[in-house]
Amino acid sequence: MIHFDRVFKRYPNGRDALSDLSLHLDSGEMVFLTGHSGAGKSSLLKLIALIERPTRGSLIVNGQNVANVSTSKIPAFRRQIGIVFQDHKLLYDRTIYDNVALPLIIAGISAREIGRRVRAALDQVGLLGRENGLPVELSTGEQQRVGIARAVVSKPQILIADEPTGNLDPDLSVEVMNIFRRFNEVGVTVLVASHDVHLLQHFNLRRIRLEGGRVTDDGRDPAIPLFDPGKLIEREGGAR
Amino acid sequence: MSTWLARHLQTLVGSLGRLSKHWLGTTFTVLVIGIALALPACLHLLVVNLERASNDWDRAITLSIYLKQGTSPDAAHRLSERVRQRRDIAQVTLITAEEGLKEFRRRSGFGQAIDALTDNPLPHSLVIRPAADYMDGAHLETLAADLRQLPNVDLVQLDTAWVNRLNAILDTLRRAILATAALLALGVMVIVGNTIRLDIQNRRDEIEVTKLVGGSNAFVRRPFLYAGIWYGLGGGLIAWMVAGGIVAALTAPISRLAGFYDSDFRLVGLGLEPTAILLATGVMLGWLGSFVAATRHLREIEPS
Repeated sequence: MIHFDRVFKRYPNGRDALSDLSLHLDSGEMVFLTGHSGAGKSSLLKLIALIERPTRGSLIVNGQNVANVSTSKIPAFRRQIGIVFQDHKLLYDRTIYDNVALPLIIAGISAREIGRRVRAALDQVGLLGRENGLPVELSTGEQQRVGIARAVVSKPQILIADEPTGNLDPDLSVEVMNIFRRFNEVGVTVLVASHDVHLLQHFNLRRIRLEGGRVTDDGRDPAIPLFDPGKLIEREGGAR
Repeated sequence: MSTWLARHLQTLVGSLGRLSKHWLGTTFTVLVIGIALALPACLHLLVVNLERASNDWDRAITLSIYLKQGTSPDAAHRLSERVRQRRDIAQVTLITAEEGLKEFRRRSGFGQAIDALTDNPLPHSLVIRPAADYMDGAHLETLAADLRQLPNVDLVQLDTAWVNRLNAILDTLRRAILATAALLALGVMVIVGNTIRLDIQNRRDEIEVTKLVGGSNAFVRRPFLYAGIWYGLGGGLIAWMVAGGIVAALTAPISRLAGFYDSDFRLVGLGLEPTAILLATGVMLGWLGSFVAATRHLREIEPS
């Protein structure tokens, strides 16, 4: 689904963010991207979303070589990827409904279908019934879930998240990660960048560690299950 | 298709809603555009009304022919019949020397002085009204020249200088309107463009987010284009009201003035077609100004 082949990324200021990076993500995989800040996690995600382009090497996302995606085709390219940001990037002067509906409006979907899908997405993140509120009325964790609903509302095949739990306390972080897992279970390829090693230990998933723009570790660390993620899902479900 | 239409309508109404949220700034922008558009509209009204007034005066154009002293009344009659045959002449009135003297005696009040005269000092004269199709300067000059060639004609008097001058003034005014309109159109585009540029800067975050979730430049630009259209339409309406107000204020005094000149001249306002042109021009300029600004400045905003 996502193939990096000897990719280099050098910024105009001369900083090398990624050097000789090769990486393969299969369709339907869920992968954590770890490493210290500045290791290249954000740059890697920006290349996938075509916010930046590789300096060298080839990157293929969902069968498309990004080198062949012209600037005018970038919007269409991005519509097949759901992106979750650390700072949510919500529109604070619009309702929660309008925020989640934005990708569907862009895609030109009919109003009735939008209503159905927005409610489904909000239901999946546990915010059904809050459509008419404004983002500022929500807690940080809830705002992040609105961001996730917006990322998944158009049913993308790829979901990428950059430090989605950066501003959340541990309980909320696990909850957010579990939301990602549920999307992964229905076939979405998920790539989550996080430096929170303790949080990732709760999940027995592939972990790619970046250091200085290179992959230094790739595999399933023996997970130390502090508690069973399955139970967490149940607990969250019960609370609702 | 219906989704597309509904989306456009929604954006159209949505951009109006956003403008009304910042109603003070919007009002000022629309007022400035309206005043800029009102100026050429009022100049247009001035020219249209001057043209109508001068058409009235054209009908008053006459040529006077004075025959040589000593021409017999019969010769004068023959000449008037001959002139009447010309197709560029609508009406010929012969005023014989005797009739002329009688008229002069009656009107001037110099009765006794005239009675003291042994001879009639007045010549026979013809008053000629040209046909409507031959009322312009060049034709009148030809006609006068032809008439001068006729036998027994002493003097042909044609006062077209003021008609020519008025027409020249009207031509100059028309050019001035075009130049003014072009400059002000540019001004309107700059006003709208600058307003849209500021709006884009204020909504930078929103534009970035929209682009991040796959919004194309055209999609992001659309609300700004509709805002430009609203600005232009609002400005056009203001200009229309200004022109209408000026006409309303001037109608009564001008009718009175015309009354003193025995004219039934009435000021006309902007008709249906000029009004449509004014509003369409406003809409077009608003759209164009925002298109140029939005295309330029939206390209600069890319997520990073």
